[in-house]
Parts: sequence; structure tokens; C-alpha cells
Amino acid sequence: MFPSTQDLMRIAPEIVLCAMGMIVMVVEPFAGKGGRRVLDVLAALGAAGALAAVWLPAHHIGVAFSSLLKVDEFSVFFHVLTGAVALFVILASPSYLDREGLPHGEFFALVLFATAGMGVMASAQELITAFIGLEISSISSYILASYRRDVARSNEAAMKYFLLGSFATAFFLYGIALIYGATGTTILPRIDAGTTQTMLLALGLALVFVGLAFKVAAVPFQLWTPDVYEGAPTPVTALLSSGPKAAGFALLLRIFVTVDHANDLWFWAIWVAAALTMTVGNLTALVQTNVKRMLAYSSVAHAGYILVAFAARSTIGTAAVLFYLASYALMKVGAFTALSWLGGAGEHHLELNDYAGLARKRPISAACFSFFLLSLLGMPVTAGFLGKFYILNAALHSHLVWLSIILAVNSIIGAFYYLRVVVVMYMREPTREFPAERIPFGVAAVLTLAAAGTLYLGVLPNYVINFAIQAAALLR
Amino acid sequence: MTPAHLLSVLIFLPAAGAAALLLLRGDDHVWIRRLALAVAIGELGLSLLLLYWFDSGSTGYQLEELFPWISSPPIHYHLGIDGISLFLVLLTTLLTPISILASWNSINQSVKGFFVSLLVLETGVIGVFLSLDLFLFFLFWEVMLVPMYFLIGIWGHERRIYAAVKFVLYTMFGSILMLVGILWLFNSTGSFDLPRIQALLQAGRVTLSTNTELLLFGAFFLAFAIKVPLFPFHTWLPDAHTEAPTAGSIMLAGVLLKMGTYGMLRFCLPLFPKAAHTLAPEVAVLAIIGILYGALVAMVQTDLKRLVAYSSVSHLGFVVLGIFAMSATSVQGALYQMLNHGISTGALFLLVGMLYDRRHTHEISEFGGLATPMPVMAAFFLFVSLSSMGLPILNGFVGEFLILIGTYEHHAMWSSFAAIGVIFSALYLLWAYQRTFFGDVTNEKNRALPDASARERGLLWVLAAFILFMGVASPLFTGRTEITVRQVLDQMQRPDKTQPVDAQLHKQAKTEEGDASALYVQAPNSPISVPAKGAH
Repeated sequence: MFPSTQDLMRIAPEIVLCAMGMIVMVVEPFAGKGGRRVLDVLAALGAAGALAAVWLPAHHIGVAFSSLLKVDEFSVFFHVLTGAVALFVILASPSYLDREGLPHGEFFALVLFATAGMGVMASAQELITAFIGLEISSISSYILASYRRDVARSNEAAMKYFLLGSFATAFFLYGIALIYGATGTTILPRIDAGTTQTMLLALGLALVFVGLAFKVAAVPFQLWTPDVYEGAPTPVTALLSSGPKAAGFALLLRIFVTVDHANDLWFWAIWVAAALTMTVGNLTALVQTNVKRMLAYSSVAHAGYILVAFAARSTIGTAAVLFYLASYALMKVGAFTALSWLGGAGEHHLELNDYAGLARKRPISAACFSFFLLSLLGMPVTAGFLGKFYILNAALHSHLVWLSIILAVNSIIGAFYYLRVVVVMYMREPTREFPAERIPFGVAAVLTLAAAGTLYLGVLPNYVINFAIQAAALLR
Repeated sequence: MTPAHLLSVLIFLPAAGAAALLLLRGDDHVWIRRLALAVAIGELGLSLLLLYWFDSGSTGYQLEELFPWISSPPIHYHLGIDGISLFLVLLTTLLTPISILASWNSINQSVKGFFVSLLVLETGVIGVFLSLDLFLFFLFWEVMLVPMYFLIGIWGHERRIYAAVKFVLYTMFGSILMLVGILWLFNSTGSFDLPRIQALLQAGRVTLSTNTELLLFGAFFLAFAIKVPLFPFHTWLPDAHTEAPTAGSIMLAGVLLKMGTYGMLRFCLPLFPKAAHTLAPEVAVLAIIGILYGALVAMVQTDLKRLVAYSSVSHLGFVVLGIFAMSATSVQGALYQMLNHGISTGALFLLVGMLYDRRHTHEISEFGGLATPMPVMAAFFLFVSLSSMGLPILNGFVGEFLILIGTYEHHAMWSSFAAIGVIFSALYLLWAYQRTFFGDVTNEKNRALPDASARERGLLWVLAAFILFMGVASPLFTGRTEITVRQVLDQMQRPDKTQPVDAQLHKQAKTEEGDASALYVQAPNSPISVPAKGAH
């Protein structure tokens, strides 16, 4: 049975990504040393093409492949998000790969495949399909994390990621099996109607939650995050901290909103996870002296903020999640890209003290980096502030006063460690030599685009938030 | 005809000036300074137009600007000015060029960044005073932190980083809880628009339960109390003031602290009157402790700048007391005292900064007998100190007197205790003056200090003129604020619940239909949401 044209149009972005990924792999052996640029361009075209291809599903809303996938505004939103993240990572990495002497072809192919997997996760409304998407993106991520294979830290990161990740996916899969046993279906909208054994379903949903909580790095399943984020090549960290996390949240949201049982069962789990994730993430970030590791812990904290919006269980809560993920992706990709360039050859300059006096030596990089940090902190006029604003609004709308106050207090803890980096960059004397290098074009482009996006979402959020509200309303 | 966008221009002109500064070459210090000064003076000139257009006889906000901005939740770009904000804006536009001139020669590293920060700071502060949308207000309130943080942290003295971080964290702690309060208020009233919320509450169409009102009052008040700073939230202030460069101290003391008292007057009293009445005695006690404690601590300071900083704690205690005494006279006095404090303390910090430029120290023990080498400076210092301690015919007297008699009307005890603070302030200022300027020159380094230069003299003359002018011509100011003050107190009235309110509601609904309902769309999110079960 060959799928219908309609169905194929609904997965157009995934088709483009996979096809381009394979083309890159095929071309690589024929492109010699000088042919690297060809690979860079092909990969960028792949990501840009996937972004453009979102136009097709956006105009052909509906279920595909006998209800396995559901293409709606919600999945369109995440396709744009993960596609943009992939494009940014691909633009920023060539100079990094050259500097570290790493091959280009596989890297780009893996980024494209991982993005395809995230796309499947975002539109899956059937659990096995979701699992396949999760595996595609995870396995690509494992390899990417170990991409600096002669660096022990990178290997350690990948091993940890692989082992814990496999456990998590096993949980996820076992959960699916139990859900099937309890309901006779794995298609999300049919689960509620098919429930015969509530206990079994509860257990299955709990396991699915654990699997996804690992993916989005919610406490207590966050332990892999700092090591993996620190060990992985920084452009990969940019990808890991935004793309798969967004896709994980997308899947979590779809299950949470579509399955009423999950909505009831998960509420307290999410409440507690949100409070713990924010607090643990921020408190541990507070004591870090390595900037990359600090940003890794801050990713954990931000997952906690997003879970607060989950706990609101309302349309504006869902919309707040979407908006926050978009702004979070922009600022995290921006911050890690800045770090991948400022870290220097071999990523030896990641300690806080290495950034002393940066503002005087590299004023523009320092300004961009500070801007992303201020956005992560939640300063007005940046996307980070409006994201937090929408989350708080949703939480208070649902009378989650305590969770709001925990979030508020956590932002202050966050402010302390983000500002510390700004202090070091602007208010200390330089302690090391800064090599006189020009900022590579790709990095400059990504920094500019991410900063512009952060500013745009912070000042003129109407288009995105209205789209998010629409997507959230239709998801229900 | 009134100018349509005067307020927007006032807010964004300094920001545009800052952007223009960024285009200049970083080492072109002369033109950077000139351009910054030109922008600040242009701003001052524009703000004087406000006096012309402002109608002191009309109630409500004037020169309003209202545009939809964010559609969901409904947030508007809403500006307006009234008697409370009018002079605070003028104070800001006056002190900014003075700050720029005060740093003319003393700032020599990263000159461009310094003046950019000062101008962005001006944008933030004026934005705070002119915003009538709670979201917009909060936005300016927070944005203003960034330039101040850099001003203290980059161009400050030895312990500048500690002071800068402390300042930001303290303020953010208060303001993030205020954000929770703002959102809570939005979810109860469906609006971020201050006049709209005010109208709803005043008409009794939305009532907040006693507990909610107390919590909301607390959320707003804490943010403002930290900013003022009210005892016991004042501990960031001596550090920030002492470590900040002169311009930073002038702006901090002159206008930033007023944002706190402004907030109390603008939000805490009219929006949450029941809570304000309930907690007024507690607040007054804190204010009185602040007055006395600030004065006593100022008395034992060995650092001149720290002394002036603690005197701010004391003076701002008077302002808070005046606001929470809630009589028309005392609130008028509080408002006037905000301006006085801006001018007098600004001038004191300017003078201390001038001493620092010459000797690079703030230690009183390093000085002594300075009146001999620098008589002009000594004369100005004395004049400003007299104003700060409230000598009749100078400005400080008017404010303190109005606060004290206004408070006395209902709370004689409060007034009596606060009056002790006036005596203390004379004590610490005169004592510090004596140790610094009188006697023989004990330190050889001081013998040949140059007296005030022409630039410094000019600045001091301007401020001294204001000190005298505001002391004798106070009706020119109070006349413009009177109606607004009465209005604030009227806004604290709520319909009596025991009486049937139907007639009043009906009337209110009718008057609102025309202007408001078309503009304010109901929040689209309100009907479609499932409140969390058991999550209170």
C-alpha cells in the first residue's frame, strides 16, 4: 500500500530532512578537503528546505497514515521550531568543526536525522510512532554527543547519555505496552474510551511520564544533563538543549492534553516535578564555575518553569509552554553558539575566569552573550521575560499561587548566576590573552538572528502568542 | 491643541540619543560628552513644555496616549501624566544633565558606555513615571535596573561589584513578587490598565476579598519599600550609594528612590485602600524607625558619602510617613519632600563627588578645615546642608512641615516621634560639616586644593537656586499637585457594602460604556480554562 499524496505532504519536512541527510552522506566521500563547503551548503539547504516544506503540512491539516500522525497547528509550530534550531546549529558549526578538526558530513547528516525524529515526535498521536520518533532523535543525539571521540569527556558524556537514555526509552516502551494492555489501543484520542483497567493504565502512564521526564530533564531524571551538555561539542549542546527538549515537551503535552486520565493522574507529579526541577536546577547552577556546565543546569531550571505552565492545565498554559519553548530555544541556541566561539580551540576556555574583561576585547560578542543571559534571567524587552510572564499568568489564572511564588523566588536565584557572568565580562580586568580572530560568518549570523528573534518575541509577541493560543485551543 | 505624542517623545528621546552615541567612535570623548549633554538638555527643554500644557485644574490623567500593544492578554501602550508624575518627570530631566556635567572630567574609561547607560536610565525612569499600564510600568521598572547595574558595577569605587549585585538582587526580589501581584490583579479584574482597574474597584464592580487585598498590597508594597528604601529593607542603599560614581549617586538618590514612594502613592493607596488603612500603623512605625535609625546611623559615619546615604533613609522615612498618614496635607508634603530630597541630596552627592575628585577619598577624617582653601565650596555645602535639615525659607522646611502638620491632624504621636528626626538631621549634618570644613587644615594634602571650577559653580548655582525657589515659591508647585492628591484620597473610597449599590453601579456602567468598553476587549483566555483542582 503506497501512502496517499495527502499523507506524504503532511510529512514533507521529514522527507526533506531525511533525503538531505542521505544526500550529505553520499556526497561526503566525493567531496575532498575543499568540498567541505559543499556539505555545509547542502546541510543548510536541508534545514532551510525543511522549514520551507512546513508550508505543505500547514495547508493540509489533518490526520495521516491511518491516525498515526496528526498534523495540526501544534505540530506545525514544533516543526518550525525544530527546523529553525537545526538551521541555526548547522550555520554555526562549520567553523567549530574546522577548528576542532572534525568531519563535516556525518555531523550534518546526524543533525538532520535527529531533527526528522523530533518532527515525528511533534506530530505523532500514536505511541509506537512517537517511540520511533524518539528513537530516531535519541540515537542521532547519542552519536553527536560523542562526536569529539578523542576527548575523554565527550565519550563519557555519550556513554552516560546512551545508558540512561536507553533505560528511559525502555520505561517509555514498557509504559506503552501496559497502556495497550489496559485499553487495547495506542492511539491517544482512543485511550480514554477504551479504558478497562484503570490501575494498569495509571501504571503505564506513569512509566511513559518517567521516560519523557528523562527526555526533558525534569528532576529527579536530570542527572545526565550536566555531564552530557558539558561533554558534548558545544554546537551539539545547543541542539540538545533546545530541539529534543522541545520535542519531548511536545509529546508530553499531546499526551497530557489529549488523554484525560493523564491529565488527572499527572497533575501532582507535574506540580512536584516543576517545583523540584526549578529549585534543584537553579541551586546547582549557582555553585558552578564552568560556564557551559552552569548553562546546562540552567536548562534544567528552565524545564521546571515550563512544567509550571503544564500544571496550569489550561489553554493559556499550553500556549505559554509553546511560547516559552520558542523563546527558550532562541536564547539557549544563541548562548551556546556564543560559547562555542568564545570557548576557543579545544574548548579550553569555559571557566568563569576566562571571560574576565571580555567586554573590552570582544565588545560585540560580549554584548550578544549578555543579551542572551539577560533574556534567560527574564529581563523585560527580551523573549525570556514574556515567556515567564505568560507562564506566571497561566499559573495564577489556574490559582497556582504557591507554584508562582516558587517560580518567582527561583528567578532571583537565577538572576544571581546569570549576572555573575555579566559581572565577569564587564567589570573585571582581563586575565588572559584573547587571540585576534575574526568572528566566523556563520556564528555571527546565528548570533544576530537569535538576538533579533529574542528581541522580536520580547517586544512584538502578538503573532507567535496568538498562533500558540490557536494551536493550544485546537489541541484540546 | 495639545501635542499628541509629547510623553512618548520624552520617554524615547534619551534612548534615541543613546543609540546615536553608540554610532560615535569610542575614543572621541569630547563629542560623546557634548552629544550626551545636548540630548539631556533638549530633553529638559521638552519637559518644560509639560508645564505649559499641564492643566492644574483638571482631574485625571492628561496628555494621554493609548494604543493596543499585546493582544493576549490585553496590554496597552498607555501613558498619561498627572500632578504626581509631573514634577517627578521634571526632576528627572533636571538631574540628568546635572549628572552628565558632574561626570564631565571624572569619567575617563569606557566613556561611551557611561553616557549611554545614563541616557537609557533616564528613559527607564521617565517611563516608570508616565506608564499607566501595569505591564508597561513593570517593564520600565525592570529595564532601568540594567543601566544602573552597569553604572555602579563598572564606574564605581572599590567594592562596586558587590554593591551592584546587591542592588540588583534586592530590587529584583521585590519586583518579581510585584509581577506576581500584577498578574493576580489582572486575573481578578481582566485588565492591566490602571485607570480601568481603578474604575472597576472604585465602582465596586470588582471586589477583592480582605485577604487578597492584603496579599496584593504586600506584593506591591514590598517592591516599593525595597526601592525607597524603608527600614528594614534599606541595607542595599548605603553600599550602592557609596560605591556608585557621583552621577550614579545623584540619579539613585535623586530619582530612583522616588520610584518607590511614587509607586506607593500611585498603586498601594488607591488600589488597595482597605489594606492600606489596616497596615498604615505598621508602615508608619517602620517609617519612624527609619527616620530615627537613619539619622542615628548617619551621625556615626566616618565616610561622608555613607553619611549622606543614611540621611536618605531618614528623609525617605518622612515621605513614607506622609503618604501613610493619608491626609491631604501630609500627602502634599510627601510629594513635595520627594522633590526636595531629589534636589538637596542630589546636591550633597554632587559636592561629595567634587571632594572625591580632588582627594579620592570620602573619609571625613582625611578632611578638616576645607573652608580655608575652598570657601565657595564650603558656602554651597553649608547652604545645601541647611536645606537638607529643613531650615525655614529653604525647600526642605516646606516638605517636612507639611508632612508633620498633616500627620498631626490624625496621628499626633507619629508626628511627635518623627519631629525628633528633624533635630537629629541638624545634628549629623552640622557635625559632619564642622569636621569637614571648619577648624585648621590638619592634613597637608588639603592645603592647596582648588576651589570650585566654573563648571562646578554653575551646577551648584542651579541647584542652590532651586533650593531657595522651592522654599519661597512652594504654591507654584503645590497648586499643581493639589487636585491630584485629593483625587488619590478620593480614589481610596469604596462603595459601602451594607448599602444597596445598584444605583451607583448603573451609573458607573453608563458612563463607562462610551469610552472604555470599546477599547478593552475581554481577555480571550478567561472562559477557556480548567482551574486546577485542589491546587490552592
